[in-house]
Amino acid sequence: MPPTTDQTPGATLENKSAGAPAMTVRRLSVSFDGNQVLKNASLDIAARAVTAIIGPSGCGKSTFLRALNRMHELNPQARVEGEIRLFGEDIYARNVEPVVVRRRIGMVFQKSNPFPTMSIVENVTVGLRLNGVRNRRLLAERTEQSLRMAALWDEVKDRLHAPAISLSGGQQQRLCIARALAVQPEVVLMDEPASALDPLATARIEDLILELKKDYTIVIVTHNMQQAARMSDYTAFFYLGELVEFGPTAKIFTSPSQRRTEDYVTGRFG
Amino acid sequence: MTAPNHRWRKFKNAVVQTLTFACAILVISPLLLVFYHLVKLGFSSVNLAFFTQLPRPVGEAGGGMANAIVGTFILLGQAALFGVPVGVLGGVFLSEYGSSRLNWWIRFAADVLNGVPSITWGIVVWTLLVVPMHSFSALAGGVVLGMMMIPLVMRTTEEVLQLVPGGYREAALALGIAQWRTIAQIVVRTALKGIITGVLLALARVAGETAPLLFTALGNLGWAHKLNEPIAAMPLQIFIYAISPYDDWHRQAWAGAFVLLVLVLAVNIGVRFLTRDRFGERI
Repeated sequence: MPPTTDQTPGATLENKSAGAPAMTVRRLSVSFDGNQVLKNASLDIAARAVTAIIGPSGCGKSTFLRALNRMHELNPQARVEGEIRLFGEDIYARNVEPVVVRRRIGMVFQKSNPFPTMSIVENVTVGLRLNGVRNRRLLAERTEQSLRMAALWDEVKDRLHAPAISLSGGQQQRLCIARALAVQPEVVLMDEPASALDPLATARIEDLILELKKDYTIVIVTHNMQQAARMSDYTAFFYLGELVEFGPTAKIFTSPSQRRTEDYVTGRFG
Repeated sequence: MTAPNHRWRKFKNAVVQTLTFACAILVISPLLLVFYHLVKLGFSSVNLAFFTQLPRPVGEAGGGMANAIVGTFILLGQAALFGVPVGVLGGVFLSEYGSSRLNWWIRFAADVLNGVPSITWGIVVWTLLVVPMHSFSALAGGVVLGMMMIPLVMRTTEEVLQLVPGGYREAALALGIAQWRTIAQIVVRTALKGIITGVLLALARVAGETAPLLFTALGNLGWAHKLNEPIAAMPLQIFIYAISPYDDWHRQAWAGAFVLLVLVLAVNIGVRFLTRDRFGERI
């Protein structure tokens, strides 16, 4: 296994037409209680594109994703090293509040988690309301806009005040996406957003992600390689805490430069 | 398909089932007995005068416990005012902020306090409040009940907050909501029913305390007009009546015990009714 250097093969974007990257990650390492889970990963995340993170379980995919919006700080045992910039700004800088970072970098989780005490509309607007937005018109506008973007508006517009948990699993996940979009983040992180859903609901989420890419930068962790191949513009393959290879999705899936990548994407292990 | 020892296994299963059922009955039988006894002896002695009149001297028929009933509510009100905020906020700290080492000590202290004999609480507050103020008082009674509530409320609050799935906290924080707001508006709100239940159960528990009130509220055969005066409370009045040699007073004691039990039951049932889920999914 070759030693990982600053310059992981293909760490920087080859496709210059995408413009400046939304996020740049350099020498990112994460350890829990001294146990290193992510080793020295460096890559660029293209703006208004979908970047997929693939790899077998326990390879550090989720750990990587959660470092991007400082979610590891909820765990006192986690230690994050390296540098992550969002449009050039160091998000781990001492004077940067994690709350502000998370407002700009939203997240959708594997298990849909709408707030059970709130209605559909309350769930969509909660991020705004708890950040002090009182303007009813703005809240109403944002509700419709977010639910439309999440392709949920037509299904729920007549029962916005119904409990969020009365929705089906797939609808709940789209509601969570609407909730994340309502605060207008610049980047949306998705941690296996469709892994708990049936194929039909999964297809809807995938369509939605392709639609969202026009306005948002999306990073998605997925177990499903077909999903990564279908949806993403760039793919990063992690294995045992290392970023093995990163590049345009077509290249990763058709002519990977690393043997381990090829073995994984062709299903020889993982 | 039948295993050779099938019947023997079925027999063992039946034995265990019967045994556990018998124990379950054993657990609820004291409640039924107490209830039966109180209804039989207490209900007949409860009348309008019991709720509206002051105690009468021995020999004079009638009279009631109006002052003690009001006194109990005043004491519980003070206890809640003092014990609920401290207990709930302490529980929030344990569940949401504290480090595991500090929490271990706080939990340990709270569990020890929960086990402290109630009379000890009475003596503590007697030393802290009654002696310096040179008087038994309603205030001291409220404080002692409040202090007894704190560890109870704190532990139940912590427990119900721990039941709130971590996913909700993460979801809120990922929306850029500050931690204190996440706790107040998402976590506590999700667990509100459990917290209220814990508070009311703690209130119901201290409502019947007698020993600590002997050292603090003392009791009062008339109305208390100020918080620095001794005040009547139902358990105290029941205690005084029950140990007296007079039949009339015994009847009043039964009536008092009955009313106290109904009150505690009403609290329990009321809690369930009032905090019925808006959406049916709260903890």
